[in-house]
Amino acid sequence: MVPVSYYLLLAAALFALAVTGIFLNRKNVIILLMCIELMLLAVNFNFIAFSRMLDDVVGQVFVFFILTVAAAEAAIGLAILVVLFRSRRSINVDDLDTMKG
Amino acid sequence: MTASELNIGLALPEIVLLCATCVVLLVDIFLKDHQRAITYLLSLVALLVTALAVAIQPLAGREFAFSGSYVMDPAGRVLKLFALAAMALVFIYSRSYLQQQRLLGGDYYLLALFAMLGVLVMISASSLLTMYLGLELLALSSYALVAFKRDCAVGAESAMKYFVLGAIASGSLLYGVSMIYGATGSIELAGIAEAVLAGEVLMLPMAVGLSFLLVGIAFKFGAVPFHMWLPDVYQGAPTSVTLFLGSVPKIASFALVLRVLIEGLGDLHESWSGMVLVLAVLSMAIGNIVAIAQSNLKRMLAYSTISHVGFILVGVLVGTAAGVQGAMYYALVYVVMALGAFGMIILLSREGFEAENLEDFKGLNARSPWFAFVMLLIMFSMAGLPPFVGFYAKVAVFGAAIEAGYTWLAVLGVLFSVIGAYYYLRVVWYMYFEPPANEVRPLPAGDLRFVVSANGLAVLALGILPGPLLSLVAAVIPG
Repeated sequence: MVPVSYYLLLAAALFALAVTGIFLNRKNVIILLMCIELMLLAVNFNFIAFSRMLDDVVGQVFVFFILTVAAAEAAIGLAILVVLFRSRRSINVDDLDTMKG
Repeated sequence: MTASELNIGLALPEIVLLCATCVVLLVDIFLKDHQRAITYLLSLVALLVTALAVAIQPLAGREFAFSGSYVMDPAGRVLKLFALAAMALVFIYSRSYLQQQRLLGGDYYLLALFAMLGVLVMISASSLLTMYLGLELLALSSYALVAFKRDCAVGAESAMKYFVLGAIASGSLLYGVSMIYGATGSIELAGIAEAVLAGEVLMLPMAVGLSFLLVGIAFKFGAVPFHMWLPDVYQGAPTSVTLFLGSVPKIASFALVLRVLIEGLGDLHESWSGMVLVLAVLSMAIGNIVAIAQSNLKRMLAYSTISHVGFILVGVLVGTAAGVQGAMYYALVYVVMALGAFGMIILLSREGFEAENLEDFKGLNARSPWFAFVMLLIMFSMAGLPPFVGFYAKVAVFGAAIEAGYTWLAVLGVLFSVIGAYYYLRVVWYMYFEPPANEVRPLPAGDLRFVVSANGLAVLALGILPGPLLSLVAAVIPG
C-alpha cells in the first residue's frame, strides 16, 4: 500500500505549483483561474488521503462541498472576466494596474 | 440521527433569512426600475424579521445543532443582531446613492442579503465545514457586488483582484483545514479542541495546518502582509459596496477568529499567538503610515481599516477573556465608525460625482457646519481621542495587553495611534481651515441627512456612555 505521506507530498507539490503559477503568470487571467482550481484540487487530494488514513468519511464529504463551491467560484470568476474584457478589451494581467498607492 | 441532535430550530434565523431573500428575489423579477423601492423595503423587512427571529430565540447558554456543526450562544446573538442592524443601515445609506448613480436594479440588495446569510452562518459555525461554507457565501456575493457597476473599468479591475486574492485566501484556508483534519481527525471545533487537550495530535501537520489557516484568516481580515487587495477594492468598488465591505464582514471576520482561534484552538495559544503578533504589529505600522500618503479618502479609509484590524488582532493574540472582550468591543465600535465615515462620502456624492477625494471635504464647514461637525466626531473617534468611542475601544484592547504582560506592544500601539491621528486630523483641518476646492454643491435633503447625523451622534453617545456596550460584551464573552 502507498503510504499516506506520498499523497500529502503530491498534494503539497500541486498546491505549490498553483501558488507559483498565480504569482509568476503575467499574461492571462484565465491561467489564474486554472491555478485557483488546481489549488482546490490539491486540497481535495489531502482530504481524501486523510479520510482514508483515519478511516473516516467526513473528509470525503468535505471534498463534495469543496467541488460544489469551486464550481460556483469559477462561474463568478468567469463572469467578472467577461465584465473586465468588455470594458478593457484585454485580459492581460499586466493591464490590471490603474490603481496605485 | 435523533431530532435532538438535529435541533433544526436553532438555525431559525438563517432559515428565515434564506426564505425571505428568495421571496425578495422572486418579487424583484417582476418589478420595473422605477419600482425598486419595493425591493428596498422588502429587504429591510427581511432583515427585521431575521433580527426578530434572533432576538426571540430561547437560549440557555451554548446550544448545538446539526450534530455539533452549528452553535448558538449569547456572543453569537449579539454579533448577529449587530450585523443585521449594520446591514439595515448600509441599505438605508445606499438607496439614494444607487438612485443618483443610476445603479437601479435589485441585484445590490439581493447579493447583500445572500452575503448577510453567509455572515450569519459564519457567526454560528462550530465546524470548519460550516465556517468554510459561510465564508464562501459571503465572499462570492462580495466579488459580484464589487463588479456590479458593469460599465466601470476600475470596478471590474478591482473585482478581479479581489476575486483572485480571495480565492488564494480560500485555498490557503482550506489547505490548513485539511491538515488540521488530518492531525486531529475531526473538523468540528469541539472535537479539535478535545484532541488538542488530550494530546492526540500529529504535531507536524498541525503546525503546517495552523500556519496556512492563519494566512487564510489574515487575507480575509485584511491584515498586513496579506492586505494588498483591500485598498484597490475599497477604491474601485461603488461607495455603497465599499460601505458594505467596510462594515458587516468585519463582524464576520471577528466571529471567524473567535470561533476558530479562541474556541477551537485556544489550547494551542502559544503556537498561534506569535504569528498573530507579527500580523498585528505590521498591520498597525503599515496601515497607519501608508494612510498618510493617500489623497483618495476611500483608499485612506482602507489603510485605516488595516490599522484597526491590527488593533483588533492585539486583543485576539493576548487570548485572555479581557483581550477577546476588547477585540469584540473594538470590532463592534469600528463598524459604527466605518458606517459613519462612508455614509459621509455618500452624503456628499452627487449624480456622476463621488466625493471620494480628500479635496472634496475642503471647506465643508462653510457649506454645512453640522455635517462638518459629524465628520469631526467620526474622525476624532477613529483617531482614538477621548471622550469618543474609539478611545475606549483602544483602552480596552491595550489594557488587556498590558494585563497579560505585553506592555511593549501597548506602547507600540499607542505610538502608531499617534501617527495615525495625523491623517484623521488632516481631514478635520481640510473641513474647517481650507477654502472649498470645487464648486459648492448643496447637500441633499431627506432621510440620509437624518441617518448620518444619528450615526455621528451614536459615536459621541457611545463615547460618553461606554458602560452599557462594554458590560454587554463582558457578559457574553465568558471569563
